[in-house]
Amino acid sequence: MELNDEQIHRYSRHIILPEVGGKGQKRLLSARVIMVGAGGLGCPVGYYLAAAGVGTLGVIDNDTIELSNLQRQIAHSTERVGMHKADSAKKTFEALNPDVNVIAIKERISKDNILDLIKDYDIVVDGSDNFPTRYLVNDACVLSGKPLVSGAILRFEGQVTTILPGEGHCYRCLFEEPPPPGLVPSCQEAGVLGALPGVIGGLQAMEVLKLILGKGEPLKNRLLIYDALKASFRKVKIPKNPKCPVCGDDPTIRELHDYEAEYCQMRF
Amino acid sequence: MEEIKPDKTINIKGLVCPYTFVKSKLAIEDMEVGEVLEIVLDYPEASRSIPKSMEDHGHKVLKVEKVNDTDWVIVIRKERD
Ligand SMILES: [Zn+2]
Repeated sequence: MELNDEQIHRYSRHIILPEVGGKGQKRLLSARVIMVGAGGLGCPVGYYLAAAGVGTLGVIDNDTIELSNLQRQIAHSTERVGMHKADSAKKTFEALNPDVNVIAIKERISKDNILDLIKDYDIVVDGSDNFPTRYLVNDACVLSGKPLVSGAILRFEGQVTTILPGEGHCYRCLFEEPPPPGLVPSCQEAGVLGALPGVIGGLQAMEVLKLILGKGEPLKNRLLIYDALKASFRKVKIPKNPKCPVCGDDPTIRELHDYEAEYCQMRF
Repeated sequence: MEEIKPDKTINIKGLVCPYTFVKSKLAIEDMEVGEVLEIVLDYPEASRSIPKSMEDHGHKVLKVEKVNDTDWVIVIRKERD
């Protein structure tokens, strides 16, 4: 693949970085990334990956846009209320950068389809808003050996971690099981201040770009926690747990299952 | 001083920064370590910035010369991938 004149202009700020160059840009253009969710986190992640020229972006989301999403979900717009988020994301990202092919996947992920959905991609990004999905995505990535960049947000706090199966920790190394529904904030408590997903999604996008380029240190065995009110970041070590039920030495989870608990889906 | 034979020559006359450097960098990326790139340009600022940036990227600047009223020739040896 050769960069054309338009691409040389578009990506010139990448090309002049010693760590990227034309070679790195070509890696970005041939990379395939799949995102779970086109909501608060998925919007900024996809926006930045599209701008950077990540060539193929899968976007899985079965929801439609609601007015209450627009306080933080910046890839959508008022006139698109009612449209599928995956279609809206495709429109926005491809308008920003026609080099990018966005594949809108309007499905609800489950144990039955997730392995098939992620199998043709290099990296998985989790921007989902609930524990059952987070654990399902974690297990699917560990079982299929896919790098996973996971993000989560609530109120004024967010966290990011990069899971490299076989090399580092996974989500279950820290918490073996999803918390019981009663401990998860109810819908009334699950507020998010608008720019928070931008911070966390931006960090996730950066982790993805670093993985594609093979530069820097991924957030492996680390959880990066951002406290917006204190304007502080802290990094917590998460050692790989040899007793982890999915990535440990003697795993008990060898196939996927869904958690159909009574979780608030935070649909607002 | 003996004349250095370039392995590749690019003419980037008419280009301004940062594309002068972008084109030069793309050219040198495609070469082997030890090979020599000759750049012909007419943007005065780039006659200073390209040698500096190439050195920052670890390459060796062999020559910077104003060859006529408008043009410069810069010769770089690729030192690393
Ligand atoms: Zn684990």
